[in-house]
Amino acid sequence: MNPETSRRLLFDMLRIRSVEETIAARYGEQKMRCPTHLSVGQEAVAAAAGAVLRPTDLAVSGHRAHAHYLAKGGSLKAMIAEIYGKVTGCARGKGGSMHLIDESVGFMGSTAIVGGTVPVGIGLSYPMKLNATGQIACVFLGDAVPETGVFFESVNFAVVKQLPVLFLCENNGYSVYSPLSVRQPPGRKLSELVAGFGLTTHHGDGNDARAVYAALSEGVAAIRSGEGPRFYEFETYRWREHCGPNYDNEIGYRSVAEFEAWKLRDPVPALQRALITEAIVTDADVADMQAEIDAEIEEAFAFAKSSPFPPPEDAFTDVYASTAG
Amino acid sequence: MATSFAAAIRDGLATALAADPNVICFGLGTDDPKGVFGTTLDLHKEFGSDRVFDMPTSEAAMTGFAIGAALNGMRPVMTHQRLDFALLSIDQLVNNAAKWRFMFGGKRGVPITIRMIIGRGWGQGPTHSQSLQSWFAHIPGLKVVMPTTAEDAKGLLLGSIFDDDPVIFLEHRWLHNMQGEVPTGDVRTPLGKARVVRQGDAVTIVAMSYMTVEALHAVDHLAAQGIACDLIDLRSIRPLDWPTVIASVQKTGRLLALDSGHLTGGVAGEIVARIATDHFASLKCAPQRLAAPDVPEATSPALTKTYHVRAEHIAEAVGDMLGREVETASLIAQRSFPHDVPGTWFSGPF
Ligand SMILES: Cc1ncc(C[n+]2csc(CCOP(=O)(O)OP(=O)(O)O)c2C)c(N)n1
Repeated sequence: MNPETSRRLLFDMLRIRSVEETIAARYGEQKMRCPTHLSVGQEAVAAAAGAVLRPTDLAVSGHRAHAHYLAKGGSLKAMIAEIYGKVTGCARGKGGSMHLIDESVGFMGSTAIVGGTVPVGIGLSYPMKLNATGQIACVFLGDAVPETGVFFESVNFAVVKQLPVLFLCENNGYSVYSPLSVRQPPGRKLSELVAGFGLTTHHGDGNDARAVYAALSEGVAAIRSGEGPRFYEFETYRWREHCGPNYDNEIGYRSVAEFEAWKLRDPVPALQRALITEAIVTDADVADMQAEIDAEIEEAFAFAKSSPFPPPEDAFTDVYASTAG
Repeated sequence: MATSFAAAIRDGLATALAADPNVICFGLGTDDPKGVFGTTLDLHKEFGSDRVFDMPTSEAAMTGFAIGAALNGMRPVMTHQRLDFALLSIDQLVNNAAKWRFMFGGKRGVPITIRMIIGRGWGQGPTHSQSLQSWFAHIPGLKVVMPTTAEDAKGLLLGSIFDDDPVIFLEHRWLHNMQGEVPTGDVRTPLGKARVVRQGDAVTIVAMSYMTVEALHAVDHLAAQGIACDLIDLRSIRPLDWPTVIASVQKTGRLLALDSGHLTGGVAGEIVARIATDHFASLKCAPQRLAAPDVPEATSPALTKTYHVRAEHIAEAVGDMLGREVETASLIAQRSFPHDVPGTWFSGPF
C-alpha cells in the first residue's frame, strides 16, 4: 500500500470517529430529533471501502450509514444538517440520519428497512454491466441482512447475470440486542453460506483497515474486470448502543469482557500506531489531521445549527414528480 | 392501581401464556433487555425460551411459520417493533393467513395475532411511522384491532389471541405510556365492539387508537363551550361496530370520522361512505373526516408541526359543522412539551 493511501485511511477513520463522537456528545441537547445509529468502532471497513471505490461507483446502505456516506465522499455539512432536520440537509430534512444521499459522489441512498437497499444495489449495477461502464455497485450491509429473503433473492440474480456488485458486510455480531447465536446456527460463517450461491466470498478482520483495503482492492478489480459479484464479510464491533449516543453494556445483552476485548482492538489507534512505527506519519501529522478534522466538524455543526428549517409547505412536496396526485 | 398501556400488554401476554400452553410469543427483540418497549419484558424467564423467543430478521418466513404453527394447534403472537417492518410479510398475511379458512372450504383457520407498533413524531420519519390499518382492514379474512386505553390493550389482546382468526393488533407508540386501570386475570374483550367514550347530541366523532386521545381533549374542551359530542373509540377496525356508529349518527345527525392513516383510501373514508350511502336521511350536514395528509411523514421536526391531526383541528371541524365559532387557543396553550413527542416521558431515540 502506498503511503498516500495509508494516510488517507487514517485520516478518514479519524474523521469518521470524530464525527460520530461529536454527534454522541451533542445528541442530548435534543436538537437532533431522529433515531441515529453510530458506528464508533467500525470505522475501518467504511474507510477502506471509501478508498477503494471510485467517485463514479455507486453505493447504497442501511440504517447505520454515516460512515459509508462520509467515506464515499458525502458532504459532512449536508449530513449533519440532515440530522438536525434542516433544509440544507442532504435530503432537505425529509429523511434524517437513516436516509442519507449524495448522488454527486455516487452515494445513492441509505434506507431504514433491513435489507431494503440490497436489491436496489443490484439494479444499480445492471446498466453498468449492459453499457460496460467499468463502474461497480457497492451494497453495504450488516449481519442481519443475510437473514432476509430479499438478500438471497438479490445475490442469486446478481450471480445469474454476473453483475458488477460488491456485497460488503460488516458483521458486528448483533442485530439490535440480538446476538448472532439466536439468529444463525452455531459455527456458521456468513461468507461460507453465501458462497453456496456460486460467487467468490471472503472473510476477514474488519478492524484491520489495511487488510480490508488489500482484500477489497483485489476484489473490486476482479468485479470491475467482469468477474461477477463478490461478497465480503468483515468482523468488527459496535461500541455504543444500537440506536442513540450511549454505552449500554450494563443492560446485559453483551458482556463487558467482550466489549473490552474489542475495545483493545480499536481500529483507529491501531492504524495510527502502525503508521507512526513505519514512519509513514509522524505525531505532528496526526495532530494536523485531527486539527483539520476538528475544524471541519465545528464548521459543519455551526452550519447545521444556523441553517433554516424547511418551510412548512415542504412537508407536502416531493411525493410525485409533479404536484399532481 | 393504574398501570401503563405497555405494562397492560405484557400483562395480557403473560395471562395468555399462563392460560394456554399453545400460546407462543416471538419477534425481534422479544427476549432482549428492553423487551419491546417493556411489553414482553422477561416473559422468556417466566415461560421458557421455547415459548417466548427472538427471531432472525426474517419477517416473511416467520409469519408463515406462525401460520403453520397455528394450523397445527398453536396460538402464535408475533411482534414487530414497527408496523413498517411487517410489510415484508404482507404476502403471508394476505395470501395465506387471511384466506386459509376460505380457500380450503372452512377446514381450518389461522388463529395468529400479529402485533405491530405504529410510530410518530421525533424523527420517526417516512419508514417508521406508517399507520396502515386500512390496508389490513381491506383484506377479507383479517381482523384489525386498535386499542386506546390500557384496559383495552389487555382485554383486546387476550380477545385477539383467543380469537380463531388472524388478528392484526395495532399498538400506537404514543399510547405505550398512557396510564389506566387494568383488571386482573383472564379478561378477554370480544372483538368488534366499539366503546362510547363521551356522550352528546351535537356531533358523532368516530376515532381509533391515538386519535381517540386527541379527540378526548377536543370533546372535553368543546363541552366547556356547551357543545356535547358523542365520541366513539372504534377499538376494532374490522369487524367494525356499525350499529354503534349508526345509532350515534341517528341521534346527532352529524358525523366526523378521524383516522391516524392517510386520507385517501382510509378507514375514515369508509365510515363516511357507509353512512352517506346507507343513512343519508339521518344527516343534517355533510359528513366530514380528518386524517393524515397523503404524504409520508417527514423526519425533520419542522415538517411534522402541521402534519398530524390534533385536538384543535377536531374542535374546529366540530365548530364548522355546527356553524359556530369555537375557541381553541387555550387548548393549544395547554400543550407544554414539543409537538413531536407524546409527553415529557419521551426523549428519543425510539
Ligand atoms: C425489516 C426490518 N426488520 C426490523 C428492523 C429493525 N432493525 C433496525 S436495525 C436492525 C438491526 C440490523 O442489524 P445489522 O444488519 O447487523 O446492522 P447493525 O445495526 O448491527 O449495524 C433491526 C432489526 C428493520 N429496520 N427492518
